[in-house]
Amino acid sequence: MKPAPFTYHDPQTLDEAYGLLATLENARVLSGGQSLIPMLNFRYVQPDHIIDVAGIAAISGITYKDGILKIGAMTRQREIEYSDIVATHCPLMREAILQVGHRQTRNRGTIGGSLAHLDPAAELPLVACAMDGMIHLGGSRGTRDVAFTDYALGFMTTAIEPDEMITGVSIPTWKPGHGSAFVEFARREGDFAIVAIAALMEIDASQTITRAALAVGGALATAQRLPEAEAILVGAKANDETFRAAGEACTQIDAVEDVHAPASYRKSLAGVLTRRALKAAAERTK
Amino acid sequence: MTDTRKITVTVNGKSHTKEVPTRLLLSDFLRHELLLTGTHVGCEHGVCGACTVLIDGRSARSCLTLAVQANGHEVMTVEGIAPNADELHHLQQAMQDHHGLQCGYCTPGILTTLFELLRDNPDPSEHEVRSAISGNLCRCTGYQGIVEAALDAAQKMRAGARS
Ligand code: FES
Ligand code: FES
Repeated sequence: MKPAPFTYHDPQTLDEAYGLLATLENARVLSGGQSLIPMLNFRYVQPDHIIDVAGIAAISGITYKDGILKIGAMTRQREIEYSDIVATHCPLMREAILQVGHRQTRNRGTIGGSLAHLDPAAELPLVACAMDGMIHLGGSRGTRDVAFTDYALGFMTTAIEPDEMITGVSIPTWKPGHGSAFVEFARREGDFAIVAIAALMEIDASQTITRAALAVGGALATAQRLPEAEAILVGAKANDETFRAAGEACTQIDAVEDVHAPASYRKSLAGVLTRRALKAAAERTK
Repeated sequence: MTDTRKITVTVNGKSHTKEVPTRLLLSDFLRHELLLTGTHVGCEHGVCGACTVLIDGRSARSCLTLAVQANGHEVMTVEGIAPNADELHHLQQAMQDHHGLQCGYCTPGILTTLFELLRDNPDPSEHEVRSAISGNLCRCTGYQGIVEAALDAAQKMRAGARS
């Protein structure tokens, strides 16, 4: 239950970090440590080098410009929780962050760390998925922006190359007046969700849904959109009947089975939580 | 050869400079290097909360922090809660009064977590108290006494601040 020995590096600039990533074999990036350190303690991972990026000021902070919310990889979850920018422009993320771990882990955990770890039930990747987030990657060969769908390759597997690191994420925000909801079920507060649903919706004056996004976490290998249910929503009236139909479509997912819940339970839960999330999102539209 | 670093960490107001292995956890730094054994270690993978300390005033699991990550920062452990050697903090007194502990294993983590809560939110609801300690496992008390202690301490601290 102690990390195996490694060599510690604490670059102060991105170029320094990129240089280390390019030259060191078997290196891991350390940000808040709330996922990596448990894995080190268990010795699930035994890197030869740890690159602590906490000192790189360029990858920390929250900005909003022209409809894009940009969050640096090293931004702590606590900063997101208390950010007025996030609360104003991205209520879905604000609601989600309150369900990320516990205060003690949010105080240190970062958004970049959560995206890099990509736990199937993690809240922040689910938000990035539902909102078409763009992940910013960097390395000595240059930078690139990867859409969440191309970024999340599978169970805890990302598109990050060994010589790259996440520098941040951009979230295109929805129009003021949209409604959103983040609903999850876990057996205890702060536990990983058995199923989580993120929903966003815009409706017009006649209560017709003009835009909708729906994504599920905890039930599949990684956070995923629910396109069949989204198709049911767009153009339909925002009412219980529509939400029930969309929920029904969500029960068709190929849910995983584990010690926490059988697949049938997750499917049923996906339907129920979808209905609840859609109802809440609709009520929050203005 | 073990990779080491010289770090300076202020713990409960006192600065310590030591050369430590870079893989050393903050929990072990506190317990084994500084002999501050008040910080307990239950699981060493971030689940039980027994190892909670404050880093720059914010609660954190010391088993999920490397000692080198605390370099240049301020740490407060359970030993730093009481105002002096003869007096208990309101929270500690309330834990005693309300039977908020039995074996005491979880207690340091509960105290540091509640210390942060009451500093940020002097008048928490019962739900807010329960939510704050949702990351702290207690196998003995059933939490009832801990919640009562937190609410009682909060009330006494507010009264103290007014007088
Ligand atoms: S010992 Fe750190 S959370 Fe259990
Ligand atoms: S008092 Fe024994 S674990 Fe809490």
